Amino acid sequence: MTLDVDSIVAKAKSKRNLTRQNIFQLLGYGLVWLCGLAALAMVFWIIGYVLSQGLQVINLKFLTTRPAGGVSGEGGMSTTIVTTLYLVILTIVIATPLGVGAAIYLVEYAGHASRESKLIAFLVKAARTGVEILAGVPSIIFGLFGFALFVLYLKLGFSLLSASLSGAALVLPTIIRTSEEALLTVPRAYRMGSLSLGATKWHTIFNIVLPTAMPGIVTGVVLSVGRIIAETAIFWVTLGGSYHLPKSIMNSGRSMALHVYMLASETRAFDKAMGTAAILILTIILLNLSINILSRRLTSRLTGNK
Amino acid sequence: MADNHNKFIVENLEVNYDDFRALKGIDMVIKENAVTSIIGPSGCGKSTFLRTFNRMNDLIPNVTTSGTISKDGNDIKKIDIVDLRKSVGMIFQRPNPFPKSIFDNIAYGPRAHGLKSMVELSQIVERSLRRAVLWEEVKDTLDKSALALSGGQQQRLCIARALAVEPDVLLMDEPASALDPISTLKIEELIQQLKQEYTVIIVTHNMQQAARASDYTAFFNMDQDRAGYLVEFGETAKVFTFPEKKLTEDYISGRFG
Repeated sequence: MTLDVDSIVAKAKSKRNLTRQNIFQLLGYGLVWLCGLAALAMVFWIIGYVLSQGLQVINLKFLTTRPAGGVSGEGGMSTTIVTTLYLVILTIVIATPLGVGAAIYLVEYAGHASRESKLIAFLVKAARTGVEILAGVPSIIFGLFGFALFVLYLKLGFSLLSASLSGAALVLPTIIRTSEEALLTVPRAYRMGSLSLGATKWHTIFNIVLPTAMPGIVTGVVLSVGRIIAETAIFWVTLGGSYHLPKSIMNSGRSMALHVYMLASETRAFDKAMGTAAILILTIILLNLSINILSRRLTSRLTGNK
Repeated sequence: MADNHNKFIVENLEVNYDDFRALKGIDMVIKENAVTSIIGPSGCGKSTFLRTFNRMNDLIPNVTTSGTISKDGNDIKKIDIVDLRKSVGMIFQRPNPFPKSIFDNIAYGPRAHGLKSMVELSQIVERSLRRAVLWEEVKDTLDKSALALSGGQQQRLCIARALAVEPDVLLMDEPASALDPISTLKIEELIQQLKQEYTVIIVTHNMQQAARASDYTAFFNMDQDRAGYLVEFGETAKVFTFPEKKLTEDYISGRFG
């Protein structure tokens, strides 16, 4: 057997290349892992810190007594829990029909109407762009708008109603966009099937299109609920900050997030702020879990995969 | 069979998509209680032609239709669209059951037309499923999602769904093209049964299917200007054995298309 020097050299080179590739591979793998871990650690650190600090003050009494008010920040957080609930319900009741209705118009009717008239085509385009822009506007801008329009001009004052109307304006883009996307994923064949049976367009939208798009629409609504629970600035200038329980939609109130902000900025009760924050975070976590479960349930009911 | 009542009379039909002419100068008669198949190469306007019978083309923007189609002597443009679509059912190329239970799929049409009585709805569901030869396979799982059925079962479900609103005509747009051979055979057998009570118009790419399953055959082709036109129409046996036109013979013998 003769020695083929070239092939031996080539083999050695390729082996070296292979080791080098393997090292790079390992390095890259390790880096990606590290990034993932860092992100996770950050999240757990924040949640863990707030929970460990907050849970020290949380007990049944804290949850069931109302804030005492004043600079001391004494008392519990009962009214803020109820106010948050009121605020969420009222806002969603206002925003959902408007948002889903707008999405239905954009998906099911706007295309046809745009072809009929240039003006409508322009308006629809403007509406779409408007929704895109509104989705990126900071919440305090919505707050100032609500303060100027609802609180002052319409004389609704600092109230649940002012806050809910402003909150609805804030989450409307989210609801419109998620609903629009959900409606667009409904296969055309479903609409055709329904119309070919002699069902009207209206009947088709209500009985085929909306139920099929429901998981997506629900996701948008639940995301909005999370947004309302978490927002502070917008409600500071529209809801006021009364720690009393609102007796009507014309009363001022204080949501949990607002309570955290006010305790932290205006009182000495930093521990109470942490306690409220812990409850706030737990609520958001539970809400996100419920989105997953709910949309999976809805989807499986539609497709029959149990 | 030639004595059968004329279900549809098509006169000088023309369909345009904006400036593009998809169909031109079509004159044709559709016989009652018979299967009429429409064959022809891709893009010759077969499906467009089929959709003119229940005015589904109206849903596509910028489509204009001229000429007349009369159903039992009435111009279909003057028939209320809901009534027309109730009496002219449609089966699509891909099975399109709604994401609902089997029961709710079949009951959808009658419910859309205002029927609420569960007793009557159950009767309609059973009758329609029996007619579509699906009852035995699904009678114990009526509350299961229709999407869990096989492709062939889904297509028969769609036929049952169309039958539930008591049409007298069924339009089928390549109903078996997405199905396996056994399911295809079942659909063809079903079509043979259905023609006892219904007038069936079927668009197909499959020459054997047209020869096997239909009584009349219309051969469409695309003209120089890309508009579809009717080349030849007649009893299937005649069109397939002694076609009048050279073009028809070339097409069915597989020389083009």
